[in-house]
Amino acid sequence: MLLTLVRRYLAPYRTWVLAILGLQFVGTVAALYLPSLNADIIDNGVITGDTGYIVRYGGLMLAVACVQIVCSIAAVFYASRAAMALGRDARAGIFHQVGSFSAREIQHFGAPSLITRETNDVQQVQMLVLMSGTLMVMAPIMMVGGIILAMHVNLGLSWLIGVSVPILVAAIGVIVTRMVPSFQLMQERIDEVNRLLREQITGVRVVRAFVRERQETQRFHVANTDLTDVSVRAGRWMAAMFPTVMVVANIGGVAVLWFGGHRIDEGHMQIGALTAYLSYLMQILMSVMMGTFMFMMIPRAAVSAGRIMEVIETDTSVRPPAEPVYEVTDPGTVRFDHVEFAYPGADVPVVRDVSFEARPGQTVALIGSTGAGKSTLVSLIPRLFDVTAGAVSVGGVDVRRLDPDALWSALGVIPQKAFLFSGTVASNLRYGKGDASEEEMWAALEIAQAADFVRAMSGGLDARISQGGTNVSGGQRQRLAIARAVVRRPHIYLFDEAFSALDLATDARVRAALKPVTRDATVLIVASRVSTIRDADLILVLEDGEVVGRGTHERLLETCTTYQEIVESQLSADEAA
Amino acid sequence: MASTTVSSPGQLKETERAQANGPGGGRWGVGMVGQKASAFGPSARRLIGQMRPDRLKAYAVLGFAVCSVILTALGPKILGHATDLIFGGLTGKEVLAHGTKQQAIDALNATGNHTKAQLLSSMHLTRGVNFDTVGMALLFALVVYVGGAVLSFAQGYLLNDVVQNTVKRMRADVEDKVNALPLSYFDRQPRGELLSRVTNDIDNISQTLQQTMSQLLSSVLTIAAVLSFMVWISPLLAVIALVSVPISMVLGHRVMRRSQPLFIDQWRRTGRLNSHIEETFTGHALVKVFGKQHEAEEVFERENEALYQSSYGAQFVSGLVRPIMMFVGNLNYVIIAVVGGLRVAQGSMSLGDIQAFIQYSRQFTQPLTSIASMANLLQSGVASAERVFELLDAPEEPADDTGNPATERHGEVRFEHVSFSYAPDIPLIKDLSLVAEPGQTVAIVGPTGAGKTTLVNLIMRFYDIQSGRITLDGVDITSMPRSALRGQIGMVLQDTWLFEGTIRDNIAYGNPDATEQQILAAARATFVDRFVHSLPDGYATIVDEEGSNLSSGERQLVTIARAFLADPELLILDEATSSVDTRTELLVQHAMSALRTDRTSFVIAHRLSTIRDADLILVMEHGQIVEQGTHSSLLRADGAYARLYQAQFAAAAVA
Repeated sequence: MLLTLVRRYLAPYRTWVLAILGLQFVGTVAALYLPSLNADIIDNGVITGDTGYIVRYGGLMLAVACVQIVCSIAAVFYASRAAMALGRDARAGIFHQVGSFSAREIQHFGAPSLITRETNDVQQVQMLVLMSGTLMVMAPIMMVGGIILAMHVNLGLSWLIGVSVPILVAAIGVIVTRMVPSFQLMQERIDEVNRLLREQITGVRVVRAFVRERQETQRFHVANTDLTDVSVRAGRWMAAMFPTVMVVANIGGVAVLWFGGHRIDEGHMQIGALTAYLSYLMQILMSVMMGTFMFMMIPRAAVSAGRIMEVIETDTSVRPPAEPVYEVTDPGTVRFDHVEFAYPGADVPVVRDVSFEARPGQTVALIGSTGAGKSTLVSLIPRLFDVTAGAVSVGGVDVRRLDPDALWSALGVIPQKAFLFSGTVASNLRYGKGDASEEEMWAALEIAQAADFVRAMSGGLDARISQGGTNVSGGQRQRLAIARAVVRRPHIYLFDEAFSALDLATDARVRAALKPVTRDATVLIVASRVSTIRDADLILVLEDGEVVGRGTHERLLETCTTYQEIVESQLSADEAA
Repeated sequence: MASTTVSSPGQLKETERAQANGPGGGRWGVGMVGQKASAFGPSARRLIGQMRPDRLKAYAVLGFAVCSVILTALGPKILGHATDLIFGGLTGKEVLAHGTKQQAIDALNATGNHTKAQLLSSMHLTRGVNFDTVGMALLFALVVYVGGAVLSFAQGYLLNDVVQNTVKRMRADVEDKVNALPLSYFDRQPRGELLSRVTNDIDNISQTLQQTMSQLLSSVLTIAAVLSFMVWISPLLAVIALVSVPISMVLGHRVMRRSQPLFIDQWRRTGRLNSHIEETFTGHALVKVFGKQHEAEEVFERENEALYQSSYGAQFVSGLVRPIMMFVGNLNYVIIAVVGGLRVAQGSMSLGDIQAFIQYSRQFTQPLTSIASMANLLQSGVASAERVFELLDAPEEPADDTGNPATERHGEVRFEHVSFSYAPDIPLIKDLSLVAEPGQTVAIVGPTGAGKTTLVNLIMRFYDIQSGRITLDGVDITSMPRSALRGQIGMVLQDTWLFEGTIRDNIAYGNPDATEQQILAAARATFVDRFVHSLPDGYATIVDEEGSNLSSGERQLVTIARAFLADPELLILDEATSSVDTRTELLVQHAMSALRTDRTSFVIAHRLSTIRDADLILVMEHGQIVEQGTHSSLLRADGAYARLYQAQFAAAAVA
């Protein structure tokens, strides 16, 4: 997955990647060349007493060091660009894909998860690519280059590098493979400890009311001890890491001197090579160590990459029509024809065999308990989902054949969770109608019974609204959401539990004010309060996804037991009615 | 009302995000901005002081660290000696074959090669390499290295214990503190902020201690040891090597300073892009049905591109630190190779010493860089510690009185001239008196902010009154331990708090000693049993933190079952304002009235219909009881209650 993703998103930057490889190669070879030159200084300058040679070769070393830094800097430059470009493109890919999703895919992933994938997961992959470009590629080049140069300096000792590198990799590998699961477990336990603390704080009243402080402390103590145990274990492996690396490297150094000494004595090697070899070995081993650490990032990034690709490769279940119908003659008519909707893999459909028709001027209401499928039914109209059987049509045309923009422009949706966008009151209302004038906005606010509190907010129409609308109360949010739909003056109003956060009096006032506005429009209301819908032209009573009763309030009171039950339960609450 | 100041989820996320940016800053190469300890010294000292219980281990760590650093630093010097032995043997083999060392020197001087003559005169020559002495030296080096590594491991091992135990103690202290703080603390403090202190800050401290303690210690010691050896070998070269320290520091600082604004820009843009993403994804359906997808894409493209522009700059500049450090290191290497080479050639230094010196100079730069990067981490760790200490220093709830509750328990509650306010200058409850007879249902109605929830806070002693007294069965509630008082009271709040655990365990929370029968009975009496059967795992269903697998009504039922199981003398019910779905609503009402039977109950009502049969209705306005009586007597009185009642009636009638 990681490879697929990286290959897909790095493809446009192939030249940069090649540049990174080339630059890192030259830079690494230059870095390795330094000890080799130093060996020459010792052998041909120091030993023979040729001070001119020493200075000359010193200059050469300086030049090589300069080549090295230039290459490194250029490599960092291209690596930063390539990695960040990959991040940018992957983000764009996800964003675009999510944009095409229907509510079904959104529900499947969950919005928070999608956000994490789009932000943190991309970040992970991006950092891995950056690290690869700057550090990780150095390890293999260093190893190969090191061995070649070491062979060039003295062939007979190269086996030492060939032996010590795998030993180091194996040692680090053993430690890392023990350490990583401990760290994962540690993270889980940190979450557990934090969860308990969070619970204690959010539930402080309950904990104290039931006098459970001691039990909570006990529960926490267990979690804390578990966490400490695994942290200690992980930390011990960590503590073993550095000494292990050092001991391998240093034993290598001792071995260089011992075997090198013999080779020098036998006349197969010059004394300068000894010093050079020690430098090589350290440099090579350190870069291998660095590279190995970087590999620890891979599993984490791979998980992220998998999560990203999962989004990229998920197709939307709601496809735009191939030959869209742009105009309908009678955009107010909504028709449900034996509609069924089921989630893939579910054995029971959420709704089944629902048929009704709503014409302009009519109000159709859906009532039933939570989970009865009311909201799902309404979501079928704007194609947040597509039916799995039957058909939904607007203006006589199947919604699946309508141009999405044409379809949506006919609708005014007030969702269950009144979500506002960050900006101002006006910018939120203009979400409903881009060119709405101030008069239009105030009119809509009046209808939604929101004009008073908007006037009271500092700035009025320009008052700030925070993301999600968290800076206004639930009831105010809902009224602004209503105004947002009203300002559109759509052909079809879809109220999905749009009055739930309003008190009875406001609920009644809003509906009274809506009446004249919706006279020529089609209104669909999903509600759980009987009072909200009692004078609808048609009430559908839903239970477990099926219509168990239809008719007016009066008729249903006589014929439908489910409806009677609902009314009864609410009469005890709103008996005053 | 203070008790209702629950921070919005948005707020919490903001704080958490800000926090998450903090420690994560290290990953970006630069420490975070604006997260500095206000009193670094004292807070750092106090953090170190937290290790006191493990001080013996800490001293051992110090000892091991010193020994291991010295041993490891000894290595290159010994290896250098071995090189000298080999070099001496090699040269000796040649020179001594033709005569004595002095003859060779004379011969060289005669030919004018004075440099080589000097070199030769300073060397200890042997006839061929003596591998016995070389072997001894190398064996010694091996012992020193292995010994150093073992000690270094021992040091890391013990230090890890110390750090983990310290963090464990701090977590436990924080948890104790959470249980000891007065409720006013929780109500005053934004919840997200508090949560972030007890979770993110503690995690950050743990990470900081883990990463900095061992590295900082060994880095400082290594620098000291390596520097001493370098001076010992050659003061001149040591000075040359030292020059690179300020150079790298200045360069590093320059780069950091350059990258700081770039990083700030990158964070700002990341924040903007992320909030756009969050908004678009969360409001996905709305974006679609209002046909705003194109607009959202446009904004995204713009922000995404801007982030790319600022982030690659930031990454590039901060990525320069490594190559620059490497370059300074290489520069050092070149100078040492040249100057050292010249000095060896002149015979004022041995070949082995320059080899050792090169190794030292490589060991020297690495701890310097790590100390530099530790500085940022340390800053943020101490800042976190400071915030945790602030929490630990917050005043605690006053100690309990040890008096006994009444032996005769009926559940009679009396308020006598009670006055209370959350803030001294805003009086809330003034001179309130009331009596709840055993078994009575007392309903409290009134607009938001009238002080209804405050009454609950006072009865539960979540807050203490400022004057007057409250008695339970004739005993002043301040004269008994809070636990004894609360043990007699059952509470069902609007906020349906359940912990992550099974439904069964959540019910059993009301009484941990309850038998399985009692739990089932409570579940049945409160209609929990009904919906539990439709859940795949029944009573073993895990209630998750968000509670997304139970509806709000179902959660409410579980909290009622919990109170039912506790079987208290006195009951406090805070009715839910938001409408749960119709059928569950009915069950909740039945369950609540089942719970009220034969108990003194206080019901905070939002719907007048639920309390028609209450024995006593208190109408509160502005912290005072403006009316009391039964439903019918209050209606007859035609006062505040009647007006409230009319308002609801009217609203419903329009429908």
